Formats: sequence, structure tokens, C-alpha cells
Amino acid sequence: MDQFILQILNGLDKGSAYALIALGLTLIFGTLGVVNFAHGALFMLGAFVAVTVSRLLTLSHKVVDETRTDFLGNPLQVDVPYIYDLFGQTTGDAIIDWAVPISIVVAIPVMVLIGFAMERGLIKHFYKRPHADQILVTFGLAIVIQEIVKYFYGANPIPTPAPDAFIGSFDFGVILGFDPNQIIYPYWRLVYFFFSVFIIGAVFAFLQFTTFGMVVRAGMADRETVGILGIDIDKRFTVMFGIAAAVAGLAGVMYAPINSPNYHMGMDFLVLSFVVVVVGGMGSLPGAVAAGFMLGVLESFASMSQVIDILPGINQIIIYLVAIIILLTRPRGLMGRKGVMEE
Amino acid sequence: MGLLEVKGINKRFGGLQALGDVNLSVAEGSLHAIIGPNGAGKSTLLNVLVGKLIPDSGSVMFDGQSVLGRKPHEINQMGISRVFQTPEIFTDLTVFENVMIPCFAKRDGAFRMHAIESIFAEKGIQAQADAILADVNMLEKKDMLASSLSRGDKRRLEMAMCLVQDPKLLLLDEPTAGMARADTQNTISLLKEIREKRGITMAIIEHDMNVVFSLAERITVLAQGMPLVEDTPDNIKGHPKVREAYLGEAQV
Amino acid sequence: MLGLEKKDFRLLLIVIGLTLFAPFLLNPFPEGSEMAQFNAGYPDLMQRFVIFGIFAIGFNILFGLTGYLSFGHAAFLGAGSYGAVWMFKLLSMNVLPAIAISVVIAGLFSLLIGYISLRRSGIYFSILTLAFAQMSFALAYSVLTPITGGETGLQLALDDPRIFGAAQTASGNIPVPALFGLEMRSSYELELGSWLFTFNTGYYLAALFMVLSFYISIRIFRSPFGMMLRAIKSNQTRMSYTGLNSKPYTLAAFVISGMYAGLAGGLMASMDPLAGAERMQWTASGEVVLMTILGGAGTLIGPVLGAGMIKYFENIFSKINETILHGWFAFLPDGLENFVVAMIYPFIGKGWHLTLGLVFMMVVIFLPGGLVQGGQKIAALVRRKKPEDAKPNATEPAE
Repeated sequence: MDQFILQILNGLDKGSAYALIALGLTLIFGTLGVVNFAHGALFMLGAFVAVTVSRLLTLSHKVVDETRTDFLGNPLQVDVPYIYDLFGQTTGDAIIDWAVPISIVVAIPVMVLIGFAMERGLIKHFYKRPHADQILVTFGLAIVIQEIVKYFYGANPIPTPAPDAFIGSFDFGVILGFDPNQIIYPYWRLVYFFFSVFIIGAVFAFLQFTTFGMVVRAGMADRETVGILGIDIDKRFTVMFGIAAAVAGLAGVMYAPINSPNYHMGMDFLVLSFVVVVVGGMGSLPGAVAAGFMLGVLESFASMSQVIDILPGINQIIIYLVAIIILLTRPRGLMGRKGVMEE
Repeated sequence: MGLLEVKGINKRFGGLQALGDVNLSVAEGSLHAIIGPNGAGKSTLLNVLVGKLIPDSGSVMFDGQSVLGRKPHEINQMGISRVFQTPEIFTDLTVFENVMIPCFAKRDGAFRMHAIESIFAEKGIQAQADAILADVNMLEKKDMLASSLSRGDKRRLEMAMCLVQDPKLLLLDEPTAGMARADTQNTISLLKEIREKRGITMAIIEHDMNVVFSLAERITVLAQGMPLVEDTPDNIKGHPKVREAYLGEAQV
Repeated sequence: MLGLEKKDFRLLLIVIGLTLFAPFLLNPFPEGSEMAQFNAGYPDLMQRFVIFGIFAIGFNILFGLTGYLSFGHAAFLGAGSYGAVWMFKLLSMNVLPAIAISVVIAGLFSLLIGYISLRRSGIYFSILTLAFAQMSFALAYSVLTPITGGETGLQLALDDPRIFGAAQTASGNIPVPALFGLEMRSSYELELGSWLFTFNTGYYLAALFMVLSFYISIRIFRSPFGMMLRAIKSNQTRMSYTGLNSKPYTLAAFVISGMYAGLAGGLMASMDPLAGAERMQWTASGEVVLMTILGGAGTLIGPVLGAGMIKYFENIFSKINETILHGWFAFLPDGLENFVVAMIYPFIGKGWHLTLGLVFMMVVIFLPGGLVQGGQKIAALVRRKKPEDAKPNATEPAE
């Protein structure tokens, strides 16, 4: 039983990341009809916003510390972050410690702008081109983004810790009446889960309760009719692209402490996110979210030693296997609509 | 016994009865028109005939064999060719290649792995293709890309692609839809010419009464998925039921 | 000639000429000169040129003709490599059975994956192939370790059975792949003045296979079968209403291209007898997509050019470092020199992937026919200046 709960918990954080990326992908599929292979790169960019913010915050200048000397006996030069000069050491340290959450505030406008630029500069011109061309051009874009990041940040993963307050684990087992240390779960992963639930909820609320969202949903269902009504759907779609980019970016920001950002993390997540979208059903937002969590948890169950003993290697392929079976038996995915991306 | 015998076809989409007990008999060598106001079920019927839709009940016999449950390519191999409302041609290929493909389909069946033979060595196929292009007056355009043809030429090309297979039955889905008057007249004369030269059995679905009455030998009128009457054009013209069905629509 | 039209035959002759004289053509700079680093005429790289050329030619038969974009073709290449290495382990070090088995294994494997994946089209097809390839990679990496060697890859060992050959050489080493005693790694070196040209057995064997592959691909392109594949890309509705079943056609194209990939994998293992799971990863499949489209999908020669270009960039261009750049621009005033180097550096050397990505995007956006189309456009511009040459050529088939 405790194993069972632990696996569900373990699956949730990865599932959250899948769900968030797949949600953004589906927004773009559903509204713009574009297959965006650069979406993983947006996730990665988000993670690097966190890296950049924490680097900016620790930007330092050299100060000679008279009280200490180095091993040659000269006065020691120490790095003092500029932020100390502004807020003093205690507050400054706290701000540096909270770099990742602070990055969220920065990431939203940055990612929305990147999204706008991508849509206006490139994607817009591919609405009427075949899907293969869309895949190819965004695949090229993903390589370009990835290489730019690699140029500036190098090829090695950059550890980006969560605030100290969230380091350590939460003992779930005790609450549920198990022995201590049976079910422990890192705090930050818990934060990640609630954060993604919040974002997903916000996106759904936005689509459900605002006029803007209603028009976009109508556009997803029938683009032409909405166009006939004289609503400038294109402009709204640009905004949707910005939102999708922001969602991917936020998923990346918060994932930075879980997995040290590196330039190819986007590509690693991309393949799985596509699989998630397909399983959920192209163009279905609830499908994408449900499939994201489901596959995350499934993957986690598949890596239990009891399961691996029976079916070795199943943890490596479970997601693909599920996707293949779903694609062949339910071509529209779990909750897909008719006619989305079908020739 | 007609070449095509449709008996008691029913098809529902949800709550909508698209086709209700439709009977149709197309005699060999005739030109049979199926007319009816919008939403009468003409396109549904056509899609049943070519294997795109499977009816809930009823039978469709062609040349003594049932077509139900067969895939479109199998039905074509039985001898039914179809002309679409907007011409379906291979736009990325040349006009010549467009007509060669049906020649191969006719000769080699639905699939053949002729991967090493050269197209240039297929003299028989080339001669067939040349002949049909000459028939529709497109020989000088044979090396053009099909996408660069005018609308009328695309229609002629599609017609040539169907004719070169020498089908037993040619289905035409509103061949003059959206055409200017001159183009419509051209299409009528093209179809008349084909009738005179080849005597192919045709079933035509059409909206334009002018076209129907200048071509058809028999007419079936559909309304709301039900067959209303079947008769010769002269009798249909004055038929009160038809007038009723078309009331407020086109001039009959 | 050889059942080809004059124009295609000329193209084939050009390709034969280029591969035959590649050791000269790729080594235009004398040894020890500053430009010698741009010489690509060493066996290892030349082998890669032709092997990836085969891979891309095969991929083009699927994508270029039918338009089905597979993101999983590396799986077939990987399977071919494993098959070849197993032949070396079990049978003998002769490359012919190894290459034969790699083609057969890849063919069967692609028949299985193709049969399932081709039940869907468009984006779903791409994702299915992607999923299958990633699955193969994950399995090869973990569970299938007894067959694939897992993380370390599949290697030859001194205690391999090798029924028709020695397990060890007289000196106690692992024998090397050979064609009836002619070792793949053996080379003949020709020194002409300060130039050094290397003629490698393995390269010429691979080149022979590439020329054959290229010839077969021309035949397929010009066959009724090839025309059907282009028709599938153009209009599947008309295809079925013309009485043609597009599924066996696409499946045949898929399997043929899978066998090409297997041949490439078998040759790779013949040059260097080991096989690793990373050859199956989806990024490896992405690479052949890049090659084919960069050179020109749907054209005959494009994929070969694309493969050559990417491999050249990967191995030569990527070695240019900042010091070399400074050397080149030393004639400029210091400030300008630094500026120019700073501007160029991100795009070359280790940053060559960035250039590749940008060029690739440009090609997709502006040149759907790839660099071949670009070349044709330039040629047409030049030709237009000489009006006596102009003749009406409405539908020049892609070269």
C-alpha cells in the first residue's frame, strides 16, 4: 500500500511537467493548427530564465576584505553581490535563495514576448503549409534555440537549487498512519505539483470564463465561422501562442531545481510530450492534462522493482507502448475530437 | 436488370434520415441524372455508391456483384469511375503522368511492384495516354504541371483520367458546380461528345436543370432522402411533385 | 544506358566519377599547409560521406516521394549494425554476409514497424515512428543488453565463435573485417609532391554500394512505382478512386528505405566492428531528415549532397577554433579583427549546429527543393543571360 502511494506521488511531478508541456502544445495545435517541434525548446528556455535570474542576482563585484588574508598574506578579495549593496546582506541572501520563485515573475513577460516573436516572425507563415513543413521548420528552430543557449551557457547542466525552505522531504507516511520514512516526498516536487495544478486551472478558467477565451474556443472548434463573424481571430491566436509559450516556460522555470537545466532538456521532453498529446487526443485540452498525469504515474509504476522483475525494461518503454496501442485502437486518443490533424 | 441496381438503401446520421428506402436502376448505356434540392441526399447516395459510406440497410449491385463493404479502389477496379465536384487530380504531377496512372491501374490492378521498369519503356501505356489527351484536346499541354492548369482544363483532365480506364459506369458529382455559363456549355458538349463516341453509362448528380435536361435520358428526383419520382426528362418537367419539391428554388 | 535516360545516366556517371576520385577531390590542399585542415580525404570521413549518403538516399525514397515523414529511421540503421556485428561474432569476418544480414534484418524490422505505423498518416505517422524508434533505443539500451551490449555497445571479443574464421589472429588479436582477405582498414597512400592521397579499401567498398544504391534509386524514381509514390504524396483521394491501393505502395517504399538504412548500418559496422544503441536515438533519425531536406527532398542527388555537407561540417568545420579565426583575420586592424572573429565564431567551430539549424530553416522556408533547387535557380539565372540557350522546358524533372 505504501509503495502504491509512493509511486503515485513519484509519478505526479513528472506527470505535471508532461501535462504542462502537453497543454501548451495542445493550445497551439487546437488554435493554430500548427505542430510545434520547438515547444520543448520553450520549456528549456524557461529553465534558463531561472538560471539567468539567479546569475543576475549573484552578480558581484570585488571588495577587499581587510580582516582576512589569502595564503600569500595579501588582503583577501571577496565577491560581494550587488544585491547586498541594495538590500543589505540578510535580505540579499534571502532574495538569492528565492531566485527560482522570483524567476516566475520574470519568465512570464519574457516567454510571452518570445512566443509573440515566434508566432509573428515564423509560425504565422506556416499556417497554410503542410504539417510536414511545420514540423521541419520548428524542428530547425528548436536546434537554433538550443545552440544559442549552448553558446551562452555551455553544455553542462547548471544546478539551480530551490529555496532552502523547500529543501528536504515531507513525510507523507506519518500522516497516513504508516511508519516514518516509508513515504517521503521532496517538498519542491510537492510545490511543483501544486504549481502546475494552479497553472492548468488558470488556463482553463481563462478559456472558460473570459470573452477572449470563449472566442478562442469557438475558433478551435470552427475557425472559418468565427472568421466570418468578423472577429479578428488571428490576433487572438498570437496571444494564445504567447500564453502557450508562457505555460511551457513556467513549467521549465519550476523544473530547474528538479533537473539541472541543460541545453538539450527540451528535446528530451519534446518526444514524450508529443506522445502525451497523442494519447490525450490531438486538440483536447483536458485530454492532454489527463494523459500527462496518467502517463507520469504509469511510468512511475512501471519502474517498481516488482513490475520490472516480471517485465524487464517495461519502465523504459511503457509510455511509447501505451501511445502505440492508443493510436492504433483509438486513433483520436482518449478525448480527441473528430477531424483534428486528420488528412 | 440495370447495370447498377440500388435497392432499399437506408442511411441515418444520428437523428437525421439522410437516405430513406432509395431505389435506383441505371440501365446499361443510359445517362441517368439524380436531381434534388439541397440536402436531398444526393451526395450521401453517391458516397454509398463509391464505397465511402456504408448504408444501414439495402443493397447496391453493380454488374451482378455487390459493392457494399468494398473499398473505393476495389469499386473502381470493378469498373466505376468518379468525377468530383472540384476536380481531384495529381496536382504535383504532369498532365501526362496524370493520365498514365489510371492506365497502369487498369492494366496492373490495385498494386504492382513495378519498381525497376522504366516509365519510358511503357510504350503501350504512353500511347493510351496520348490518345486520351488528344481526345480531350490537351495533347499540347501534356508536359505541364497539373496544378498550373485552368479550372476548365483540370475538369477535362479529370474526365480524361476516368475515361482512359474505359469504365462501365461513370459517376459525375455536379460537374458544372460553380462554373461560368460558357464553361458549363463546354462541359455539356464534352459530355455529349463522350456519350456519342464511347457510349459509356453515366450517372450524374446535378443541380443545374439546364445541364440535366440537355443531357439526361432518365431522371430520378430525390427529396429529403426519399426518391420522389423516376421518369424521362419530358415527364419530369411538368411533374407536380417535382415542382413542389423545388418550390422557391430553381426554375423548373 | 543501363536502362536510364541520357540525363540520368550522365548524373550517374558524375556520381561515379566523384566517388572514384574523392581521395583527390577531397584533399586539394598540400600537407602541412594552413588549409590542410580543410582536407576531408581521410578514410574515416570519406567512409562516412558515402554511408550516410546511402542512408539519405533511402530516406528520400520514402519522404521525398511519398511525403511520409519518418522520425524513426535510425532504428533500422541501428538494427543493421547489430546484425552485422553478430555476423562477425558468429560467422566470419567477411563483410559480405554481414552486410547481407543487416539489409535483411532492417527489412524485416521496417516491415513490422511500417505495417503498424502506416495505418495512420500525417503527423500521427511521424509520432508513431518516433515512438517506435525511441522504444527500440530504450530496449537496446537496457533489456536487450545480451543482444545489443547495452550501454557499452556490441563489440567483438577474443572468445567469439566465428565458425568460418579464426577467433583470433596469429598474434592473438581480434581479426578485422575484410572482403575475402582484403582488410577494410587497409589503405594505399600516394604521395605527390607535398600532397598525400589515401585510397582506402573500406571506402571503395562503401562507395561501390553507394553507387549501386544511387543507381537503384534512379530506377525507382523513373519507374511506374516511383510515379505512384509521387501520386500518393499529391492526392490520396484520387489515388483510391483510380483503383489503386496506396497502402502496399507506401509500405513497399517504407521497407525499401528501411533496407537502405540497414545497408548503411551494416557498412558502418564493417568499417568499424561495433554497434551502439545511440545509433537508434531519435536525434539520429532527425539527422537523416536534415540531410535529405537540406540537399533536396524528392531530388535524386540532393540527399547525397546533404549527407556530404552535414558530415563535412560536423568533422571539418567544427574544428575551426578561435585561434584559427584570429589567424585568418590577422590582416585586419586589431579592434576590427576581434569584432569580426566575435561575430563569426558563434556560427562555426563548436557552434556549427547553429549554422546548420539556420540553414535548415532557410531551406524549409524558401527552398522546398533544398540546395539542389537553389543550384537550379542560380543556374537558371545564369542561363537567362544567354538567351540563345533558352528553350521551353516547362517541366524539368528534378535531378
